[in-house]
Parts: sequence; structure tokens; C-alpha cells
Amino acid sequence: MKRIGLKMAIMAILASSAPSWAGESAAVRNCTWCHGTGAQGYTVAPRLAGQRPQYIMSQIRSFREHARDNPFSKQYMWNAVAALDSQTARDLANYFAAIPPKGANDGDSTLASRGRTIYLDGIPEANIVSCYACHGPNAEGVRDIPRLGGLAYFYLKGRLEQWGQGYHSGTESPMPMVASHLGPNEIEALASYLSFVK
Amino acid sequence: MVAACSVELDASGGRRGGRNVKATGLRLILQTAVLAVAFSATGHAADSGVPVRQGGLEAKLEYCKTCHGLSGQGYLGYFPMPRLAGQQPEYIEAQLRAFIERRRTNPIMFNVAHVLSPSMLTALATHFRGLNPKPFGGAPRGSLAEGKKIFEEGLPEANVPACSACHGTEGKGQNEIPRLAGQVYAYTVGQLKGWKTERGQGSAVDTSAIMAPTAHNMTRSQIEAVAAYVSYLQ
Repeated sequence: MKRIGLKMAIMAILASSAPSWAGESAAVRNCTWCHGTGAQGYTVAPRLAGQRPQYIMSQIRSFREHARDNPFSKQYMWNAVAALDSQTARDLANYFAAIPPKGANDGDSTLASRGRTIYLDGIPEANIVSCYACHGPNAEGVRDIPRLGGLAYFYLKGRLEQWGQGYHSGTESPMPMVASHLGPNEIEALASYLSFVK
Repeated sequence: MVAACSVELDASGGRRGGRNVKATGLRLILQTAVLAVAFSATGHAADSGVPVRQGGLEAKLEYCKTCHGLSGQGYLGYFPMPRLAGQQPEYIEAQLRAFIERRRTNPIMFNVAHVLSPSMLTALATHFRGLNPKPFGGAPRGSLAEGKKIFEEGLPEANVPACSACHGTEGKGQNEIPRLAGQVYAYTVGQLKGWKTERGQGSAVDTSAIMAPTAHNMTRSQIEAVAAYVSYLQ
């Protein structure tokens, strides 16, 4: 009894600190390998914490259908979700969505102000849409439109560049069209600004 | 965009048997490639920080469709973006002018509209009339019968005329009276509920002023019922 009690105490202590590897299911750990403990993102793998659950599910679908084809997605994500059934996908999406996100704050702060202007107003003379119209005033997203606020500078920059290079998203996404009009300066400004948004 | 072009070409490609199939296939690929290059030639914003003025109706239309739906059917972003497909050109033109003159309050649309030349305004408005995608859908279906009744008969005791009297029995509109058929549910609800705050601002009053008392006299559930009904009209 005493040994069981000790084990339970240890598990309770481990389970009470967040994020807790002792309490995470195997499915979650398969994600946090790359996406970071606490799902806050790690190197090229973006933060999943605090992301819109419908967006996470739509991306899992696009990986399974091989619609999203940027290099890291093709190399890692296509296989990572191939065996995921829809119930587990939904559970994972809801799990990650509920984790409070931590901001990356790793952009170029001198560009953030220009990025903010582009984000809110777009550049109509250059046919660049206002990101705010879909992604919200604080880049928080809604439904299956992702939260961008606090994502890593290099991740956001990479995605915006990839759409301009012709990589695809799911069929419903206007992003390839949106991003194809952005020049490198605009991309860096936007990615910088967004990395600081809480 | 390339996928959309391919669909259009396939429709006209037709079937050919035997040894012509390979030649047709090659021509299809070349045509697609040429179109892909042509569309990508809309180009990037200048990186010196000075925006390049994007000429061309095609570029502007693509720009509108980024938010209003790739076939003009509307889109649900953070805000609902209304259907433009099949819309009365006089209505679109009037609204674009209203945004520019701030008679209609919408900072995003002001931004987008105030750079348009008058001829571009007309060209855009005319283009959307010819589009006819299926309705965006998604509205709640619980009050469709009530919505139909309000649409066809109005609410006499509340001084609300039948919508069909002006907007047409099929909700397709006429002249500067807008088409309602297939309009995005959340957009219609927002407009009717928020008419006072967003429309008819400033000293100049436009032809949509008739809607002010109409919207005011409707209850929330009546608005939702009629908005759902028209959202399903084709």
C-alpha cells in the first residue's frame, strides 16, 4: 500500500505541473516531439497551442489529402497524420486549442509598425488585401481561419513565401492568391508584426 | 488560380479519339502554362516600399474575389463578406461610391474602393452580374417558412412592406435595388440589425434610405428568418 501510495503521489506531482509528459497521451506526444513540449512550437514546427481547432483539423485533412504540399509538410506531416482517425484528430485539435499560447516575439521590431499597417489596411493600390478582414483585429482567427498572433517569424515568413512560389493549401483557401502579391519587404514586415501580437 | 483555369479549359477541350489525344493533351498543358504565366504576371508589390499601381480589370477582380469568394459567392471571414455574384450593377456601383464618400461606414471597403477610377468602378460592377455560383449556404433552417411569409407578405402590423415588392418575387432585385437571392446569411442579418450604425451616414442620403424604417421595425427573430430564407434562393 505504501509503495502504491508513493507512486500515486509522484504521478500526482508530475501531472499537476503543466505541461506534463506523465499526463499526455501517446497521440499528443507524437505531436509534441516536433511541435515542442506545451505545443508552443519548435524550430520549423509551428506553435499549435491556442490555435483554432477547426483550422488544425482542416490542416490535418489537407496533409492526409496531400493538398498542402510545402516541403516540410510533405516531408513530415503527410506521414505524421496518415494513421490519424478523425476522432483522434478532433481530440488533438481541441486539446491543443485549449493550451494558452506563448508569443514568439522573434520578428524584427523595427518592421513591426509597417507590418501592422499592412495587416490592418492592406495595400489597395497593389491589390493586397487587409489581413484583418479574415484573421480579425488581433490576428486571432475564427472558425477555420487560423490565429496568426505570436507565431514564429520564420514560420510566417516561410508560409507567405511558399504561396508566392506556388505551393498549395486546401482548395478553399484564398491564401495562395493573397500571398502571391506580396513582395519580400511586405512579407518580412507582416511576419515581424505578427510574431509580436498577443 | 491555375486549378480554376484548368477547369475552364477542360470544359472546352472535348473528347478526341486515337492519336489526336496526345496532341490535345500537350496543347492543353501549354495553354494552362501560358495562362498561369499570364496570371502570375500581375506581379508583386514593389519592394522599395512604393506600391506599384496594378493596372487591369483582371487583377482588380482577383483582388475582390480574394475576400468576396473565388466565384463572388461571398465568404465568412472575421466579418461576413457579401455575395457579389449576380448582383445589380447599379447597386454595386452605388455602394462603392457610398463607401468612398463614407455614407456607408466600413474602413476596409473605404480603403479598397477609394483607389478605384470611375471606369474601373463601372467595369467591376458589370462583371459580377454575369457570375452565378450556388448560394454560400449554412443558414439555420428552422424558420424558413416564417421567412418566406415575411418575404412575400411583409409584416403589415409592423409597417414592414413585402420584400418581394421591391426586391422581386425571386429576390433578384432591379435597377439599384439589390439582389438578395443567395446572399450570405450572416451578412444580411448584420445589415438589417445594424442598419443605423453602418448605412445612411453623413449628410447625403442615398436611395437605400427606405430600408432604415423597414429594418428598424423588424424584430431580431424576424430578421433572422427572412435572412435565412433569402440565403437559400437561387
